[in-house]
Amino acid sequence: MTVAAGRRRFPWVLTASSIAIVAALLAPLVLVVVQAAQSGWSNVWEVLDRSYVATLLWNTVRLAAVVTLLAAIIGTGAAWLTERTALPGRRLWAVLLIIPVVIPDFVLSWSWSSVFDAVHGFNGAVLVMTLHLYPLIYLPMAGAFRSADPGQEEAARGLGLSLWRVWWRISVRQARATLLGGCLLVCLALLSYYGAFENLRYQTFTTAIFGELQTQFSPGVASSMSLVLVAISLFVLGGEAVFRERGRVDRTGPLAQRALMPIPLSGFRKALALAGIVALVALALGFPIGIVGYWMVVGQSSGLPAAVSLGSAVGYTVAYSALAAALATALALPVAMLAARHRRRWAAALERSTFVVQAIPGVVVGLALVFLTSRYLFSLYQSPELLVAAYALMFFPLALVAMTASVLRASPRLEEIGRSLGKGPVAVRLRVTLPLLGPGLAAAFCFVFLSAATELTATLLLVPTGVQTLATQFWAYAEEGVSFGAAAPYAATMIALSAVPAYLLSRWYDHRFRGDPSGRSALEALT
Amino acid sequence: MARASGAFSKRVVATLATAVVASSLLAACGSSGGSNSLTVYNGQHPQLTQAIVAAFEKQTGIHVNVRTDDGIVLANEILQEGSHTRADVYLTENSPELMMLTQRGLLAKLPASATSQVPAKYDSPTSNWVGVALRVSALAYAPSRISHAQLPASVMDLAQPQWKGKVAIAPTDSDFVPLVGAVIATHGESAALSWLRGLKTNASLYPDDESVVAAVDRGQKDVGIINQYYWYRLQLEQGAAKTHSRLYTFPNQDVGSVENISGAAVLAASHHRSNADRFVAFLVSPTAQRILASGDDFEYPTRPGIAVNSAEPPLSQLNPAVVNVVSLGNDLPAAKLLQQAGLT
Repeated sequence: MTVAAGRRRFPWVLTASSIAIVAALLAPLVLVVVQAAQSGWSNVWEVLDRSYVATLLWNTVRLAAVVTLLAAIIGTGAAWLTERTALPGRRLWAVLLIIPVVIPDFVLSWSWSSVFDAVHGFNGAVLVMTLHLYPLIYLPMAGAFRSADPGQEEAARGLGLSLWRVWWRISVRQARATLLGGCLLVCLALLSYYGAFENLRYQTFTTAIFGELQTQFSPGVASSMSLVLVAISLFVLGGEAVFRERGRVDRTGPLAQRALMPIPLSGFRKALALAGIVALVALALGFPIGIVGYWMVVGQSSGLPAAVSLGSAVGYTVAYSALAAALATALALPVAMLAARHRRRWAAALERSTFVVQAIPGVVVGLALVFLTSRYLFSLYQSPELLVAAYALMFFPLALVAMTASVLRASPRLEEIGRSLGKGPVAVRLRVTLPLLGPGLAAAFCFVFLSAATELTATLLLVPTGVQTLATQFWAYAEEGVSFGAAAPYAATMIALSAVPAYLLSRWYDHRFRGDPSGRSALEALT
Repeated sequence: MARASGAFSKRVVATLATAVVASSLLAACGSSGGSNSLTVYNGQHPQLTQAIVAAFEKQTGIHVNVRTDDGIVLANEILQEGSHTRADVYLTENSPELMMLTQRGLLAKLPASATSQVPAKYDSPTSNWVGVALRVSALAYAPSRISHAQLPASVMDLAQPQWKGKVAIAPTDSDFVPLVGAVIATHGESAALSWLRGLKTNASLYPDDESVVAAVDRGQKDVGIINQYYWYRLQLEQGAAKTHSRLYTFPNQDVGSVENISGAAVLAASHHRSNADRFVAFLVSPTAQRILASGDDFEYPTRPGIAVNSAEPPLSQLNPAVVNVVSLGNDLPAAKLLQQAGLT
């Protein structure tokens, strides 16, 4: 009873630390505005009031429109086939179909542009980005199809509707909000990429921001462009949040969860569906891996020396990413605990506000932190600590999503039971809470680690002198335009670092959250 | 499930342990200071700088940290870092960045031991930097698409409508801005702006000169504006037999083939001043200049009497346009025009 009374006290420590964490996470937004303001609003306007900015806007909008449409069609189709039909080998496909999104965008685009000159510009960007991003639709749609009420589909088929009609009029319509939410995630990813568009020679805000840094002598110019980029991203994120809420309502009705009977496919349809899925996996996953392997074997030399060896690049990458993962996990814990154990509206709002980070592209995080440290915190400028902090900040939402389910499971009740059995608070934390949190903490650590290990954009701006990570050394070769053989080992290492653990993790998630509609796979946010 | 959780907890412990080990590693490799060291902000090609740095370290025992990026990006960093900068030496590919940093009072005066080693025309008029290498802008062309006779007499011609869709440029490469500066110095600002607007219409944009020359070599474009050495490097890299493009220098000292000076300076805020002076003097010493001239860099040495790589003609034979470093300016007007033309 005393314990229970103690629980009801206002959670000062959790709240204060959560507020501090949220403030730190959102600092880049403030810093970008401060930097732009310092350079003068008339200068900002001069930068933005140009036809060039209109071109960038048009490039962004038309790419987002076409890629989103194609990804929506491919992702939804593939999700329906693997979740709702008796497609042969569908559990394996379900996992393989996810992997392309965790292969770094700049490696994927490089694999295409290194062998096909024609893959560039708008068409090239559409091709590569669709093959990279359709999993962002596939994942939530697979979840939606899995948890949908099968009764409607069965009724529709009973009434004689064709397979296609059932798919379109029942399955897709039920998951409309989920689909729109996924589409906005695709847009968010497109807004943040830099390396891929540089490779594909397609101008977007991120490539333009780097272009300004390479030609202009006023950091204010780059930060003015960043303002537009962040504004668009926030707009998209706002839309995503709206649709996610609606998507939840769709799925959490009082449905009797029952096993879905896979829709049988006739011989011809089965062959067609299988061919489609095989072709998709071959293009999106097989092709890039094959090309990296090809360049490894061809093994062309490069005049460009490695600033660091592959081994040392791996060392730096692993060290920075592991520290960032530990930091992000440690920071996400209080926020997740507060939201889970003190179910008040403001606690939920605090938790939700951290997802705004998803709308801050890496280039903006990098510029903001360069501005902050070069002006006010010079001891951290270009330091390893700053790069680690940047990674932790950027990938915080992943850590939070990954540990939410575990934090909910580690209920305070169980701690109380432990205390009532005569164990001390430390023993209870170690023997009850930690084992329950363990899987969530591990997943959070892994997700952040994998993302940080393949981060390029912010790293280019923040990397300490004399250091190269896998991504930056790969980029140095990729930019040379001819050193494909020299770039390949770095590409292969990054694919191994991202795709293999993602495969294992998604198998684990698939096993764990099957049939749990609230267990929104954290892989969904892994870009 | 319980077993899986147990395995996961073990994995957490293992990863956390790794993180602890990593953090001590980080501390070990993060600090690269020390009195007998030097930090070079390197806008030159890493292969060249690495070779020269290795020779310098061997000769002096001074450890050199190198930060490599585009020359203009590094100049921006130095501007932003101001008196805090950790850079001791700034080595860049073109003189305008050095002129700009001189004007901002961020560069120290160099000792005569450095500046006296090369002709005065390759040095800062105020002894704030020294010329290390010379390079000439040029045109790579694809004989499969265009014959030598059809090539333009002047780089200014590439803004004409008949070149639409045939030109490759890299406006955000640190080498392009100085070329614009040279065009301004030669033809004036308004002619330079209409030239850039013409290029904006005619040209496909590439991220850097390396990809421009690679694209022309693959026959994607008729011509591409580069510096001469990019073509030689490509040829060396892939072999003469596999190189399908050719190199063209503009005749009659046209500004399209202007000579640019790559130079080095010591930062006024340097805490390793004597090491920095030694390094800059070493860059123009016979040892370093020979590395530069005989390796696979294909830039021309500023020091007289050093034989150039036999794969390319001597500089005098190219007969490049020469724009005085003072008239070539500090990149700022050129950068402004690039913005106005909508190229950046």
